[in-house]
Amino acid sequence: MNLRLHIWRQSGPQDAGMLKTYDVANVSEHMSFLEMLDVLNEDLIAKGEVPVAFDHDCREGICGTCGMVINGRPHGPLARTTACQLHMRTFKDGDEIYIEPWRARAFPVIRDLVVDRGSFDRIIQKGGFVSVNTGNAQDGNTLPIPKTDADRAMDAAACIGCGACVAACPNASAMLFTAAKIGHLGSVPQGQAERSTRAMNMVLQMDAEGFGACTNHYECEAACPKGISADFIAQMNKDYVASVFAGRD
Amino acid sequence: MDLKNHIPSGPIEQKWDKHRVELKLVNPANKRKFSVIVVGTGLAGSSAAASLAELGYNVQAFTYHDSARRAHSIAAQGGINAAKNYQNDGDSVWRLFYDTVKGGDFRAREANVHRLAQVSVNIIDQCVAQGVPFAREYGGYLSNRSFGGAQVSRTFYARGQTGQQLLLGAYQALMRQVGLGKVKLHNKQEMLDLLVVDGRARGIVTRNMVTGKVETHMADAVILATGGYGNVFYLSTNAKACNVTATYRAHKRGALFANPCYTQIHPTCIPQSGDYQSKLTLMSESLRNDGRIWVPKNQGDKRSPDQIPESDRDYYLERKYPSFGNLSPRDIASRAAKEACDDGRGVGPGGLGVYLDFSDAIKRLGEKVIADRYGNLFEMYERITGETPYQVPMRIYPAVHYTMGGLWVDYNLMSNVPGLFVLGEANFSDHGANRLGASALMQGLADGYFVIPYTIGGYFAQGGFSPVLQDSPIVQATVREAEEKIQKLLSINGKRSPTSFHRELGKIMWDKCGMARNEKGLTEALTRIPELREEFWQNVVIPGSGDQLNQSLELGLRVADFLEFAELMCYDALHRNESCGGHFREEYQTEDGEAKRNDQDFAYVGAWEYTGVGSKPTLRKENLEFENVQLATRSYK
Repeated sequence: MNLRLHIWRQSGPQDAGMLKTYDVANVSEHMSFLEMLDVLNEDLIAKGEVPVAFDHDCREGICGTCGMVINGRPHGPLARTTACQLHMRTFKDGDEIYIEPWRARAFPVIRDLVVDRGSFDRIIQKGGFVSVNTGNAQDGNTLPIPKTDADRAMDAAACIGCGACVAACPNASAMLFTAAKIGHLGSVPQGQAERSTRAMNMVLQMDAEGFGACTNHYECEAACPKGISADFIAQMNKDYVASVFAGRD
Repeated sequence: MDLKNHIPSGPIEQKWDKHRVELKLVNPANKRKFSVIVVGTGLAGSSAAASLAELGYNVQAFTYHDSARRAHSIAAQGGINAAKNYQNDGDSVWRLFYDTVKGGDFRAREANVHRLAQVSVNIIDQCVAQGVPFAREYGGYLSNRSFGGAQVSRTFYARGQTGQQLLLGAYQALMRQVGLGKVKLHNKQEMLDLLVVDGRARGIVTRNMVTGKVETHMADAVILATGGYGNVFYLSTNAKACNVTATYRAHKRGALFANPCYTQIHPTCIPQSGDYQSKLTLMSESLRNDGRIWVPKNQGDKRSPDQIPESDRDYYLERKYPSFGNLSPRDIASRAAKEACDDGRGVGPGGLGVYLDFSDAIKRLGEKVIADRYGNLFEMYERITGETPYQVPMRIYPAVHYTMGGLWVDYNLMSNVPGLFVLGEANFSDHGANRLGASALMQGLADGYFVIPYTIGGYFAQGGFSPVLQDSPIVQATVREAEEKIQKLLSINGKRSPTSFHRELGKIMWDKCGMARNEKGLTEALTRIPELREEFWQNVVIPGSGDQLNQSLELGLRVADFLEFAELMCYDALHRNESCGGHFREEYQTEDGEAKRNDQDFAYVGAWEYTGVGSKPTLRKENLEFENVQLATRSYK
């Protein structure tokens, strides 16, 4: 198939950036979306032009490195599918495709489609862990965890930290990302000791990074390639409120 | 050069305990006076950086990703082994030790493997304490599954995302230390060289991938946890950025590279679909618990799988290896698939595929149980191929997956360069010539959580660390070398992209140094690789500049090192006149096509010393002593 691509080109953080149009020919339906971009980049290099910078690594939908807005939807049109797992059979001959970076104040563009997601790491640094040093642990089977709790924890822990939830949200909120970690650790006994301080500190950091608040659009849940439920945001809000009343810092 | 492996004396069960008692300690108040650089933030790197910071050392961690959570450990699907014997099925530290030595085709160091089996139980405990959501039974206790090469159920898992969950556990521990100010984390920094001062590893040279600045970072010890070199084949299941640069640069600075020819070809990957293919995707080995592997009995049988009756199917693993069947070790299962395809009985486009069929399991257990166990893997397969394994058998083919070889290390995980430690897939030590499934996660975390925190103290306690200045001549010279290499690459302005060279190199390696090797092919490769390397330095083109994010430049630097390293691999494969594990030399096989080891002449670790680009490296040998597991022909029949 032949396609027309409109891709966001921005040479650096200070550049204003603009959409540029490229035609690609003979795209196979079995290619992944990123392989289609690889072919474009090889063509650009052959023509002496600078290839399109985009983030990617595992190309198996698990590392969370890739991320781009495809025709207005983070990771493109398929539900629960990262850009690297999107295959060209989803498109048809003659399609025009718009490709843009995540757009959020807390994710500044580094170049073209590459953004800086360091703000996510800083949120985790404020409490997205259990404070247990290596060597402290008791036997793993000492503390039985009901299967339903372990499953719920896993549902939340499946987050790959890609940032699609932020890109999808009209407020550029990171509540689904933050809630996923709070929901994971809050669902297992190991996370209870720090439950209250965790919610408070992570939410404060989320705000400090410049992410917006949640106004219940649920765009995040729809865009999440791992299908993480917005229910976890409710759990986070509950933990946060409890933390305010507990008066702990 | 004398290779001292520093294995403690005494019975194998007591070696590690004895060693820990004998290792000198660093007083808690003095730990903050020592600094450590950790390169790589996968399972081994993150767990090491976090654990060392918890002890009080000053740690600097480096990753070329935008976040420490993205390392390729994250992609491991199936699970992690531990000798817990929770299933009451006869497992023990000894059995895990034995299985690993045997699975490695008797080319691993016994003492290291035994220690790995011992600490495996602590890893599970540590991860559970971190909140890792391992799969549980209804009673709330930890669940296990079986993996290849073992007859007990000792694999712990978190759906099909075990690597992700273990890495997030280690990453969170690391983030906690970063938040506490005990670890300084450098994102988007790629190591370009190792700084060796007065014979000791004292720092690294990096390139800031956003600004392009070449920087130096100094410390009292350097830990490389930079993964394997599977991407020398271009197509592999490794992530796109995985590369050999850090370990190869250390090799060029004097560290010995051990057993580079031991590469693992994983039997269950999604077959290639076209020339544009950028990587291969693994389907977890755990699928072999319930899936049955088969090909048509007759050559050229083009019927669709549901039209082929039982009598015309060859379940070749069950036929050839009745006691292990579909759970035969990876090297054996991969070669058997290649044999079937070479025999003209492969399925799918190009005949490079075999069926992995779940219809019996679905009949026996129901679709819901199968969906519970493998749902996410089935979804992934469907996204890539457009076919659903609930209705059509999967098509799979072997692909490069893991590299057992790596930098040579002693029992303390220190290379022959004092102060340079190597952990995880980057070292050579525990898997011999073939790694068993679910053992990579185990080794990465064993090294990082439970070995290096002890052994690095023993090194520091020896003392004698003089301060190294960033402007000392040796440091400046190394930086200049790195900068000149970047300038050279940018100025060639030829006709071919780094990817096109990488692809061509990969093809040479897969054809001549892949699943099966022979003297003629390897000799040919040793002529073609230097030619390709020469063309690279004449004809590569890297658009853009060096002072900003430039992904072509990053790739160019990595491919340049692969083009030298590939030769080392071929030298190793050529010299090892035997077949063992992942190294199958066609000249050395039994009558029924099994690997034929030569213990008389090759029961040693082949550690290579760098002698210059294009010059044959020098072989150093560490003899392997088998005092506890009797050398035997590996049989899974």
